[in-house]
Amino acid sequence: MDYTSKIKKTIKSLEQISKNQGVDLNEEINSLEKKLTKIDPEKYTEWQEKKKGHTPWERVKIARTLERPKPQDYIEHLIQDFIPLHGDRLGHDDNAIVGGIGYLKDIPVTAISTRRGKELKGNMDANFGMPHPDGYRKALRLAKQAEKFNRPVLFFVDTPGAYCGIGAEERGISEAIARNLFELSDLNVPAFTVITGEGGSGGALALSVSNKIYMMENAILSVISPEGCASILFKDSARAEQAAESLRLTAYDLFELGIADEIQKEREDFNSNPQPTMKDLEENLYNDIFHFSFMDKEKMKTQRYNKYRSIGFFETDKNQLPEKILNTVNGNGDQSGKKTNGHSGNFLKDMARLLGLK
Amino acid sequence: MSAKIQDIIQHFLKTRKQKFQASVPDNLFTQCPSCKKMIYRKKIDSNNGICPDCGHHIRISNDQWQNVLFDDQSVQFLFEEYKTVDVLEFPGYKEKLDKLYEKNINEGITTGKARISGIPILFGIMNTDFILGSMGSVLGERIARLFEKGRNQRLPVIILSRSGGARMQEGAVSLMQMTKTAAAAKRFSNSGNLFISLITNPTTGGVTASFAMLGDIIIAEPNALIGFAGPRVIEQTIKQKLPEGFQTSEFLQEKGFVDIICERHDLKETLRRILKIHQY
Repeated sequence: MDYTSKIKKTIKSLEQISKNQGVDLNEEINSLEKKLTKIDPEKYTEWQEKKKGHTPWERVKIARTLERPKPQDYIEHLIQDFIPLHGDRLGHDDNAIVGGIGYLKDIPVTAISTRRGKELKGNMDANFGMPHPDGYRKALRLAKQAEKFNRPVLFFVDTPGAYCGIGAEERGISEAIARNLFELSDLNVPAFTVITGEGGSGGALALSVSNKIYMMENAILSVISPEGCASILFKDSARAEQAAESLRLTAYDLFELGIADEIQKEREDFNSNPQPTMKDLEENLYNDIFHFSFMDKEKMKTQRYNKYRSIGFFETDKNQLPEKILNTVNGNGDQSGKKTNGHSGNFLKDMARLLGLK
Repeated sequence: MSAKIQDIIQHFLKTRKQKFQASVPDNLFTQCPSCKKMIYRKKIDSNNGICPDCGHHIRISNDQWQNVLFDDQSVQFLFEEYKTVDVLEFPGYKEKLDKLYEKNINEGITTGKARISGIPILFGIMNTDFILGSMGSVLGERIARLFEKGRNQRLPVIILSRSGGARMQEGAVSLMQMTKTAAAAKRFSNSGNLFISLITNPTTGGVTASFAMLGDIIIAEPNALIGFAGPRVIEQTIKQKLPEGFQTSEFLQEKGFVDIICERHDLKETLRRILKIHQY
């Protein structure tokens, strides 16, 4: 928690510099603010206990349970008067993606989810929740439609990943995912993602460009499946349990890393009786939509941009601070990156570390 | 008994081969991965890494790429201050990084400012020697900064991709670099500036599925492997052999995902013409 107060101190100093010398340091301040951990210091032990409620590998298995509410069930529970819409308008309709319009309480929304079955037949119909490029293009079409009619967009995501096969490559799965990231990052309406089960790499990411990412308590989000990671890096797919731990893929980990914004607690008997949990989620999403809908559009978009822009961990060489800050602390346009006088060494050191978050 | 004799012969052949290899200095000859011929190293280097026999484009170093693309002494590196940290404490990652730093390989991309036939541009050249050119926090940060600088200074951005995708050792943080770079590319695009994506062999995974596929103009080298999933992964998943030429530049052009396939010799001139039309 010592860390939190350090960031706060640095932000204050930056604000001071910004004010005194008339330099725009908003970007730096924003990125630091983003790194301020949102965990209340007093609740830290409680947090740790909750986190340790299940091991990462247990959570991977819970996220994959067949009986667990599937993403399309969230639409059923949360969206009233839902009208499903079909097709990417480019010649395909992907069954692995559900999309349509309806109401969250009294607000008209566009809802998009992946689809997963609870038995073999349903799973085969939905291609085991693995979308083709057509699915991502359908999602983008519906998001653009939402933009036109000023409706917020909700994504519910549970997928092992984008489909890996000949047709997917032929129809440009890379381009489809890239295009979604590109366009959704600039969407003119607020968007929210709920990761409900497995968040499988790029396939989940293409539906997760949002102002806020919710994760169900036992959901996961990972760059690669633990099995895949174990077989590539540890040369042994049986070491998936260890990989699950190393990848830091649980909702709690992702919250700490600044990727997930909310963890939605799963109430008891979530699988057999999801209604109470869904009610909680509905309330939270409703409040968020309300909050973001009244925000100035540009501000809302900037918030989303900064959310992703600030994700990343690195060190910055102490003597080579970003140009803008260096110029500021040096008080002139010296860009050599070598001079660090003009401010106490400690301040610079702290800032270097905090900007890179170590 | 005969098995033992075979072992002895095998061993003899192996040691003889090793002795022979030891007597030839490293790097004097190199084998073309396509036609398998042994070629005099200097001949390939002076030919920009293109096999003089079959025309195959062999992978070249970042320095060589700078010579191929940019005017002499016009390169000025940017964003070198960002260094990778092992934030997840991922097994084996730190050792891997330290080994690479010892060899003075700094990150999966070098970024900077340079000139192409006198036209100033911002560039990124990925480096497969650094954990397969995979995208982690630093790579994502450098690319995002490149786009932001391009937007502020109204300069075109050219990124040469070659990468195995997102960097597993940084977990979901590396995954998020895809969104980060794509979002920066979108802002850059909104500012009316030109982004040329140059895709070389091999480019897969999270890099193809983010900025590499988002160029206003996408140029690929001949016969490069470009895809989302790697060919071996697809074969294992669908349990059948992939057709000849699957996921090559030519295949992608046929399917409509690549604008131009350009030989290495012609790249600089092609870039110059495109930049000029865009009035840089």
